[in-house]
Amino acid sequence: MTTKIKVDHVSKIFGPKPKTVIPMIEDGMSKDEILEKTGHTVGVYDASFDIQEGEIFVIMGLSGSGKSTLIRCFNLLNKPTTGAIYVDDENIVEYNTQALKQFRQNKIAMVFQHFGLFSHRTVLGNVEYGLEIRGVPKEEREKIARENLEVVGLKGWEDKYPDELSGGMQQRVGLARALANDPDILLMDEPFSALDPLIRREMQLELLDIQERLKKTIVFITHDINEAFKIGDRVAVMKDGKVVQVGTPEEILEKPANDYISEFIKDIDRSKVLQAESIMIKPNALVSLKDGLKVAVKEMEENGLSSVFVVDRQRHLQGIVTIDDAINGIKQKKTIQDVIKPDVSVADRSEYIQDLIPKALESRFPIAVVNDDNRLEGIILRVHVLSSLAAEDTD
Amino acid sequence: MDFPDITTTIGDYVKAFIDFLDENLEPFFDFIFLISSRSINGFEQFLLYIPWWVFLLLIFLLGWRFKSPFSGVLYAAFIFLVGTFGMWEEMMTTLSIVLVSVLASLIIGIPTGILMALSKGFSVVMRPILDAMQTMPSFVYLIPVIFFFPIGNIPAVIATIIYAVPPVIRLTELGIRNVDQEVIESAESFGSSRMQMLVKVQLPQALSTIMAGINQTTMMALAMAVIGSMVGAEGLGKQVLIAINHIDISLGFEAGISIVFLAIIIDRVTAGIAERFQAHRGNVS
Repeated sequence: MTTKIKVDHVSKIFGPKPKTVIPMIEDGMSKDEILEKTGHTVGVYDASFDIQEGEIFVIMGLSGSGKSTLIRCFNLLNKPTTGAIYVDDENIVEYNTQALKQFRQNKIAMVFQHFGLFSHRTVLGNVEYGLEIRGVPKEEREKIARENLEVVGLKGWEDKYPDELSGGMQQRVGLARALANDPDILLMDEPFSALDPLIRREMQLELLDIQERLKKTIVFITHDINEAFKIGDRVAVMKDGKVVQVGTPEEILEKPANDYISEFIKDIDRSKVLQAESIMIKPNALVSLKDGLKVAVKEMEENGLSSVFVVDRQRHLQGIVTIDDAINGIKQKKTIQDVIKPDVSVADRSEYIQDLIPKALESRFPIAVVNDDNRLEGIILRVHVLSSLAAEDTD
Repeated sequence: MDFPDITTTIGDYVKAFIDFLDENLEPFFDFIFLISSRSINGFEQFLLYIPWWVFLLLIFLLGWRFKSPFSGVLYAAFIFLVGTFGMWEEMMTTLSIVLVSVLASLIIGIPTGILMALSKGFSVVMRPILDAMQTMPSFVYLIPVIFFFPIGNIPAVIATIIYAVPPVIRLTELGIRNVDQEVIESAESFGSSRMQMLVKVQLPQALSTIMAGINQTTMMALAMAVIGSMVGAEGLGKQVLIAINHIDISLGFEAGISIVFLAIIIDRVTAGIAERFQAHRGNVS
């Protein structure tokens, strides 16, 4: 993967003399102290991270954490006070007016929290706007606009005005308008926060769907940790203008950088974030098809197990043998083939815990984690499914 | 205690300044005079050229389209009534003066409002000037105006513009400043140039507020009809003035009510037009 956006020590301070404030922050003064003393507001302080091409990068934080300020630095609606932002290795902060216009017209588009639609234009006119600004001929831009409205499921609404649409539909117009420009980068500033929960969930899934096809680089802002973890390939957590942690949802969940983040993720529904691979273990014991039942019984006794998975020579999962069946089998001179139970609960390593719960309930045996070839990669004990849901104590 | 013996004579400086303007800018004032008198005469001749019943029909259609069929009938009846007072020609003159004043006010006012919205500094400078234009008794600036122009319709138009232009300036500025911040940001995020932003986003978004300003400006221009007649403007205002001089109650009432009729019609129709523009500018939240 290549780096699409490189954020290099970016700070944004609002006020008459922003640069004078930087040393004060370096001396460790807090945001509130600086506001009281100098009247300057610290929006973002010293943010540094990379965003990869094609990923959904979520910036999460509570209101006032500076996330909206930061996202506006990416298209220079806010010009950083210090620091550099490289997009495709060009420092956009140094762009002149003309270069900035080109950059905005061709490479980047934004979706807004309250949609930012032009109420005097029809839905079609809204989606056409970016193309119109670029001077795309009327016929062509109308065609592109119609295509993009179809992508977001608004075919047939072209001639309506934004105020005739529901909130969810208005945001679809906002999304279509951004996509119509075919930007490399899509900035989304809390795009679903103003929508009611049902619509929000629907829009989240649809965004993931669209992203599956279009593979844009998406920077997504939210204050909702569940949304962040659901949508984000990687998540940056912000507090008081600073980026406190960057990582995949699982990394953040497993190793929160500080108490603030631990507090934050307390509310998270872990079953929707943790995947099978993070709770699976290496099986202590395995038996092969060609092994005898005695070997199986010995393996189980030595490891204190009541059942054991059976694999072939290439570790392809064959089934499971229980201790009772094995002992009975020995008495009746049977082979493993005769007593094996082939229908074992299996899971993919990227399956979420929430999908494992029913499997764990149905089956008396551990869940086998297999790859696409049915090769055994690990096992999940039923008790681990449950214990994964309880947040670990960091001490 | 008596006020100490200090005298300033700002008035003298103003007078000197006006003298200076009069001597040096004569071609400019001649030009303005020419344009305004031509356009007033043009409008007047046109309005008097149309048969009276066509004019009534026009008023009816305007009322119908922008208000309701009943209003259309009512407005046409108003105008008919003015005709029966024997003030048809006077009404047309007043209408011409108002039209020219309003047009000039818009040509001056809308660009000024736009500049004020775009430049904070210009806005700060302009605001007290607008306050002065609205609160300074209009007789005061009638004096220098008749200095520059011969007595008649033109000084009335100039005085009317001074009095009536502030609302359209203020509301143009307000309309543009009040465009939703996110809408501005979204236009900016697509790489709009300053001009594209203004023409494609700010002005259309501000249009309903600007229309309200135009409505106000028109009403104020009409309110100046009587004062304008003091510097020689013809029309309904002059009839009021004559009525005052002759203590003629019936003439005064007829001329006065004619102005009121015109005011009602113009207000309702321009407000109706403004509402049309508002249709899809409402609550996008």
